[in-house]
Amino acid sequence: MNASGSPVPVERGPVEVLLSIQKVEKQFAGRPVLCGISLDVASGEFLTILGESGSGKTTLLRLIAGFEHLDSGEIRMAGERLDQIPAHRREVNTVFQSYAIFPHLSVFENVAYGLRAKSVARAEIPPRVTQALAMVKMSEFSQSAPSRLSGGQQQRVALARALVNRPRVLLLDEPLSALDANLRRQMQVELKSLQREVGITFIFVTHDQEEAMALSDRVALLRAGRLEQVAEPREIYGQPATAYAAQFIGQTNLLRAEVRDGIANAGPMAWPSAGPSGAATFSLRPEAIRLSSAPQGARPAGGTAHFHGRVQNQTFGGAMDLVEIDCGNSHILRARIPSPGPLVGQQEFEFAASDAVRVREGGGS
Amino acid sequence: MYSRAYKSAVTIPPLLWVTVFLLIPYAILFCYSFWTVAPLQVIVHNWNLHNYAQLFRNSLYLTVLLRSIRIAGAVTLLALLLGYPLAYYLSFHAAKRKDLLYQLVIIPLWASYLVRGYAWKTILGSDGVLNGFLQYLHITHRPVEFFLYSPFAVILTLTHIYTPFTFLPIYASLEHVPRNLVEASHDLGASPFSTFVRVILPLSLPGILAGATFAFVLTLGDFLAPLLVGGPSGIMISNIVVSLFGAAYNWPLGAAISLCMLLLVVSLLFATERLEKRFTI
Amino acid sequence: MSGALQSSRAPLLTTYALLVYAFLYFPIVVLVVYSFNGSGVGGFPPSGWTFDWYRQLFADASLWDAVLNSFIVAAVAVAISLGLGLPAALALDRAQFPGKALFRRLVLLPLILPGIITGLSLLMLFVGVGMKLSLVTVTLGHGTALISVATTEIFAGLQKMDRAQEEASLDLGANHWKTFWRITFPNLKVSLIAAALLIFTLSLDEIAVTFFLIGRDNTLPLEIWSRLRRGITPEINAISTLILLFSISTILIWYRLRTRTQHAGESPAEAAMLPSSLEGEHS
Repeated sequence: MNASGSPVPVERGPVEVLLSIQKVEKQFAGRPVLCGISLDVASGEFLTILGESGSGKTTLLRLIAGFEHLDSGEIRMAGERLDQIPAHRREVNTVFQSYAIFPHLSVFENVAYGLRAKSVARAEIPPRVTQALAMVKMSEFSQSAPSRLSGGQQQRVALARALVNRPRVLLLDEPLSALDANLRRQMQVELKSLQREVGITFIFVTHDQEEAMALSDRVALLRAGRLEQVAEPREIYGQPATAYAAQFIGQTNLLRAEVRDGIANAGPMAWPSAGPSGAATFSLRPEAIRLSSAPQGARPAGGTAHFHGRVQNQTFGGAMDLVEIDCGNSHILRARIPSPGPLVGQQEFEFAASDAVRVREGGGS
Repeated sequence: MYSRAYKSAVTIPPLLWVTVFLLIPYAILFCYSFWTVAPLQVIVHNWNLHNYAQLFRNSLYLTVLLRSIRIAGAVTLLALLLGYPLAYYLSFHAAKRKDLLYQLVIIPLWASYLVRGYAWKTILGSDGVLNGFLQYLHITHRPVEFFLYSPFAVILTLTHIYTPFTFLPIYASLEHVPRNLVEASHDLGASPFSTFVRVILPLSLPGILAGATFAFVLTLGDFLAPLLVGGPSGIMISNIVVSLFGAAYNWPLGAAISLCMLLLVVSLLFATERLEKRFTI
Repeated sequence: MSGALQSSRAPLLTTYALLVYAFLYFPIVVLVVYSFNGSGVGGFPPSGWTFDWYRQLFADASLWDAVLNSFIVAAVAVAISLGLGLPAALALDRAQFPGKALFRRLVLLPLILPGIITGLSLLMLFVGVGMKLSLVTVTLGHGTALISVATTEIFAGLQKMDRAQEEASLDLGANHWKTFWRITFPNLKVSLIAAALLIFTLSLDEIAVTFFLIGRDNTLPLEIWSRLRRGITPEINAISTLILLFSISTILIWYRLRTRTQHAGESPAEAAMLPSSLEGEHS
C-alpha cells in the first residue's frame, strides 16, 4: 500500500496530523466495504475522498462522523481515539448529501440547533448564528421556513449549521451533487474560499473527479474499499500510481509495453524507461501526443518517442481536436492536438518519454 | 447508529405487552381446546382430542362451517365485482374528480359497522322500507318475509360493509400501474380491452388478492350480521362459538372451533402473502 | 398523453360506478331519512317530518351514560395503543432482535384477525387471572387490538422521515434523548395525531372484542346492540345518524392530515392504505 499515509506536501511546511485513520476495516452483512484503510489528514487541509459509487467513500465518512462502527482498526483525532466516542460528542460536523435541514425549525433554529444541544450560553447563540449565516450569505433568510428555500440555499444553511459549531473537521457528503452545473461551479469556488477563511479541515466526498481536482489540497482515490492513491491533484494526474487512477482521473491511453535494457516497446513505439525489465503498463495522456516534424522511423533519442499511424477519426473540439490514431496491430491511441487542421492518412507523431508514466495494473494494492 | 439502551427501551415494553395480552391468550385458547367440560360446568384439564373429534362427528359444525365459507366466498366475489370496476373507474377515468370520488368511498368505509348493519335491518324487515315500497307500488300486497333473516340478507349486508375494504387495495395497486406501460401497450397496437387483460389486470393482482383476503377473512369471522339480519338459516360458524361461550357454556369446544378458524385465517394470510410476492414486480 | 387517456369516455363503466355508489349510500340515506320520520321505522313513503326521535334521544339518560363510557374507553385505548405502538414502530424500524419477525406478525395480527378471536382469547386470560369483567377489561382489549393500528400508522410516518435528520441532530451534538424529542417526535406529530383520531373512532365503534369483555356498564355500540334485540325504534336511527356525523367528521380530519403529509407522487390511496387495512376490529 504505497499510497496510504503518504507524506503531506513539503511546501506546506511542518504540519500537524489532525485525523489519523489506521487500518480501518468495515463489512456490511459479510461484504467487505472498507479494507485496511490508513490515511492521515493534516490540520487545515482540504482532502477529497474520490471514488465511484460503492467504493466505500460514504462509509468512510460515516465512520468518522460516528454513524457507523468500525470492525477493526482505529481513528484518532489529535492523538486521541475518536472511534469509541458516540457521534454526538465528536468535534466533527457533517454536511449531508440530502442536507437534512430540519423542516419544522426555522433557518435560525436550524443553525442554532448544535449550539443549544451543547448548552452554549444563551446570549452567545444569536451573534454566532448571525455570523454563520452571514458567512454563507444567508442572513436575510434567518426567519424563513426551510421549505421556502431552494436547493442551493438549503445547502448554504446546512453549511452554516455545521460550521457554527466550530468543528475540528467538517465532513461533506457529496454536497454539490444535487445542484445544477452552474450553481455547482459557483459553490465550488465559495466552498474553497470559505475553507481558507475558517481554516477548518474539510473532508469532502465526491464521485466527480473534476470537482476533486478543483477543490482539494489532496485527493484520496478509493476503489472497492481500498485506497488506490493519495496525492495532490497535480501529482495524481501527472503521476498516476495505477492504471485505474490514470483512467478514473482524466482520459488516458494505456500502453501495454515490454521493457528491455532500459527501452520500452509497445507496437511501433519505443521510448527510454528506467524501470525494471518485463511487461509493464504505461499511461500516456492524450495531450502529451504531438504532431512530429522529425523524419520517419527515428529511434528514441533525447527522451522523445516517435511513431507514425493512420488518422482514423478526428473530432473538432474547439481549441483542441480529438484525434484517433491507428498504429497497426489494433493499437488505437487517442491524442488531443491543438488546432491541427484536417489530418488525413499516415502522420508522424511524438511524445516525451517522461509523459509515459509507468503504472501498476490490477487491484488497489 | 442507535445505542443498545435506545433499542431496549423501544423493544421491551411492547414486547412484554404483546406477550401478556396476545401471545399468552392465544396459548390459553390453544390449551382450552384440549380440555373438556364435566357435569356442573367444571372445566377438566385432562388433555385429549375429544373436541376436535366432535367437530368432525357432529354434522352441525361442518354444515355451518361450509355455509360460512360459502357466504364468505359469495361476499368476496360480490365485493370484487363491485369494488374492482369502481376502482378502475376512479383510477383511469375519474380525472379531476378522483379525489372527491375517493373520499366518497372512504366515508361509508368508516361509517359505523353497527349503523350500516342496522340500516339494512330497517330496509329488509317485514315492515321495513323495501316492503313498504313494494306495497306502495302494489307489486306485493303482503310483506315479503324472506328479505330479512336469510343467508341472502347476510350476504347483502356484508357485501355492503366490505366492498370499500376490497376497493382500497385494488385502487392502490391500480394507481401503481405505470401509465407509460398502458401507453406503450396502446402504442404497440393493443386494443383497450386487451391492454386491460394483458397489462392492467395482471399488474393489479396483488391488490385483488389483498382485497379478497380482507373480505373473506372478515366475513368468515363475523357473528354480528347473522344475529342482526341472518336468522336461524343465516347462522355462521362464529355464532356457534359465541353460543358455546355463552349459554351453551362449553368453552373447550368453542376454543377448538376458534383455533380452527385462527389456523384457517393464518394459513390464508400466509398463502396470499406468498402469492402477492409472486405477482408483485 | 395520460390526459387524453383519462378523458376517454366509458359510459357503461361510468353508469356501473354510479350504481356502486348508489348501493354504498342507499342504506345510509335511508337511515338518516327515517330518523326524521314521524310514523316510525319502515313504511313507504316516509311521512311526517319530526325531531321527536332526537328529543327522545337527548332525554335518554342510560344512552348518554353509554356514550360517556365509550368516550372514556376510547381515550384510554388511544393512550395505551399509542404508548405501545410508538415504541413498537421504532423497534420494527430500527432495532434487530431475535424473534422480530414473530413480534411483527403478532402485533399486526389483530388488524386482520376477526375480532371474535381476539375477544375470546382475552376473555380467557382475564377469567384465568380472576379479573372481573368491566370497562377496564374492555379498555385493555381495545388498547391491545388497536396497537396494530398505531404501529402501522407510526411506522409509515417513520418510513417517510429522512433518517439523515436524526443523524444531523446527533452530529450537531444532541444525544439520543434530545434527538428523539426535538427531531423524531416533531416529525411524527402528524402521524401520531392521525393515528389517535383513527384509534378513537375505531374504539367508539368496536363491538366484537367488547362483546366478550363487557361487564355491567355498556359502551355505546353494546347499548345499541342490546336495544336492537328488543326491536328497532327510530331513536336508534337518530343516534346512528349522530354517530355517522361524528365518524365522518373525524375521518375527514384524519384524511386531511394524512394527505397533507404524503409525499408528492404518492396516491391518496397509498396514504390511506395502511389504516384501512386495520378495520378488522369491526366485525
